[in-house]
Amino acid sequence: MAGAGTEPKLDPGLATRVAEFCSELRAEGIAVGTAEILDAYAAMGEVPWRKRDDFREALAATLAKSPEDRRLFELVFDRFFFRASEAEAINRDLHDAEGERFEGGERLDLDELTAAIREAIAEGDEDAMRDLARLAVAAFGRRGEGSGVVGVDVQRIRRSLGLQPGQSRPEGEPAETLDRERIRQFEAHLRRELQQALIERTEKLPPARPLADLDRALPTNPSQDLASVHRAVTQLKRRLATLGQEQRGRRRGRVVDVRRTMRASLETGGVPLRLSYRPKRPKRPEIYVLCDVSTSVTSSSVFFLSVLHALHDSFRKLRSFVFIERISEVTDVFEQERDFRKLSERISRDGGVADVSGYTDYGRVWLEFLTEISDDLDPRSTVIVLGDARTNGRDPHAAAFAELCERAGRIFWLNPEPKLYWNYGDSVMAAYQPFLDAAFECWTTKHLEDFVDVIAGGAVRAE
Amino acid sequence: MSDTPNPQSAPSALPPEPSSIAETKSALKAAGYLADESAALVSYLAQRLGKPVLVEGPAGVGKTELAKAISRASGRELIRLQCYEGLDEAKALYEWNYRKQLLRIQAGAAPADTAGEGAWSSTHDEIFGEEFLLSRPLLTAISSETPVVLLIDEIDKTDQEFEAMLLEVLSDFQISIPELGRIEARTMPIVLLTSNNSRELTEALKRRCLYLWLDYPSIEREMEIVRLHAPELDETLGRRLVEVVHMVRELDLKKPPSIAESIDWARALLLLGAEDIDNEIFTQTMSIIIKHRTDIDLVAERVGMSLGGEKLEAGVSEGT
Repeated sequence: MAGAGTEPKLDPGLATRVAEFCSELRAEGIAVGTAEILDAYAAMGEVPWRKRDDFREALAATLAKSPEDRRLFELVFDRFFFRASEAEAINRDLHDAEGERFEGGERLDLDELTAAIREAIAEGDEDAMRDLARLAVAAFGRRGEGSGVVGVDVQRIRRSLGLQPGQSRPEGEPAETLDRERIRQFEAHLRRELQQALIERTEKLPPARPLADLDRALPTNPSQDLASVHRAVTQLKRRLATLGQEQRGRRRGRVVDVRRTMRASLETGGVPLRLSYRPKRPKRPEIYVLCDVSTSVTSSSVFFLSVLHALHDSFRKLRSFVFIERISEVTDVFEQERDFRKLSERISRDGGVADVSGYTDYGRVWLEFLTEISDDLDPRSTVIVLGDARTNGRDPHAAAFAELCERAGRIFWLNPEPKLYWNYGDSVMAAYQPFLDAAFECWTTKHLEDFVDVIAGGAVRAE
Repeated sequence: MSDTPNPQSAPSALPPEPSSIAETKSALKAAGYLADESAALVSYLAQRLGKPVLVEGPAGVGKTELAKAISRASGRELIRLQCYEGLDEAKALYEWNYRKQLLRIQAGAAPADTAGEGAWSSTHDEIFGEEFLLSRPLLTAISSETPVVLLIDEIDKTDQEFEAMLLEVLSDFQISIPELGRIEARTMPIVLLTSNNSRELTEALKRRCLYLWLDYPSIEREMEIVRLHAPELDETLGRRLVEVVHMVRELDLKKPPSIAESIDWARALLLLGAEDIDNEIFTQTMSIIIKHRTDIDLVAERVGMSLGGEKLEAGVSEGT
């Protein structure tokens, strides 16, 4: 080890761990150079690294050099050292017998549990949140709703507890709003508990899941993650631009420009020796984007809104709509407001999407779109729907949707849930799928790029 | 590495270098700065490893104050380079004192008429000596006899060229002057760079620095800070004050109140002899923490309302 040579104080085992940790950071896209690793080694020589907080802070100071890096650092740190300690525990067989951890779940009924959790979240009590997350996991485990996939279970538990940021309780009790950030904290506890339960069940460690897929691609906290979305979207924009160029070249020279040909023929006494061709303009499709902004897709709607934002720069004829229970056009908002943060505020304020219950009503949205806007649709227009197709048990009105598809040239659906969960629960993807040109799962920027290939390139790839 | 500082080399006049994070923390506290865990740790590492520290965070969280506190705690002189757009080497590194050089040439000119070539070359050597060098903050810090704290404030205001120039100073603690050669640091300065994150700094600069992100402190910590600077302040009033400040920060303001402003406000309340922060006192003294016309309107509307009632709960009144 190079570091061990220059820093004799450093324990070689620790040096290896730190080097491994650094390579994991690199895999997540943090620029960790050799200089940083050497710094980290030097810092380890100076701080009492047996204390977890000092250890973490010293590593962070030397390795993560921006707020964004710091956020990723925390995630990777937890994952890396959490896995390390769990592996140790399995080796030494330290875990309690199964079932013991979750006792107490029997005693609470769901309403009490929900109330207690809301209270803990409102107060921001970390310890209580952790304990309650444990109980919630136990309670839902007993109801047999667990899917075994941690990410899905977290969302499912959250949904059935009715935890929605800034939303009053469904029964219409005194308006009590919950902080979005705190709900995220609670979700993190849920995730950790589920992970631990999974480890105990299977006695195996979960694979090191790249953060790139889930935690980073669909940012939920606008203040921190906008930069990364915009980076991805800038790439998309560049791509859209070059794709247009390609098309310009491919069919060049097909159409004769009569006026210019005649003008050129004057030189040769009216004989058209040289033909002039009309240049092929890049196809500027008319795009209609319908974006679900309800709470079931909270985590992805920030992402989708920023995609919309970028699309507005690239396509001149783009009309955007947001919907929850009803639909509302926000094209003007996008055109006037350049700053994304203000934009999302304005949308939530002026959107007027009749967010009474917070539940999406896809059927009603189609009917409204059909009566109010669909006259403008023609075969050149492309409709893009961003949503999870979860109707909350209401009528999907597939016939109305079919008529819509009939009028529009092309229609695509981007679903923020992985394909695996489509048509599961109240998702009615299957009802709409036959009328679509294509449906895409879209929960990473990679998926988004695939999709952009399709709309800009024109061809729908067989899947 | 050869440039690792030797703690024993510091002159005996200075307080001894801290040997643990806790010592750094208490030294900073004695200097009037309540550092949190990470700030204390990074300041400690900066002294032990001899690396510059890049401090980032929103305006008014005490980035500059940290440098001043380190200077007080370590007994080192503080040399400050305030950055601004268009800052160049002549203002940051060194400059030749043209007027003095000119005077020297003129003073030497009269007898030199007869002396000729030889006199000119000696004059030439002379006017590019250290005597004619105007030393700017960076050179002062490097060439100082006693160890110093160098604060490069608001580095994000300068352009990338200036950053590139800093690289030599920060990694090797030396400055090259073509006429004189290389000037190396005699003592190891503690270097702090602050940035409000108004632009992304280059990778090369970040690589040479330790990184510290300072954010607004929690209610408890800010209370400690306020009470440290305004010790006569009543405990409950202090808590109320900090809660209001936190509530104001939650709003989307042009300029959120800084820690220094909460301290100012606390002192103002002491002078006024206020016993509680009610709507009236708040409207009267609001201008201490809020300095924008539009912000004042927003705060008066949102915070004034929640102060009207008996109960005050920070953070709950704002919808997300």
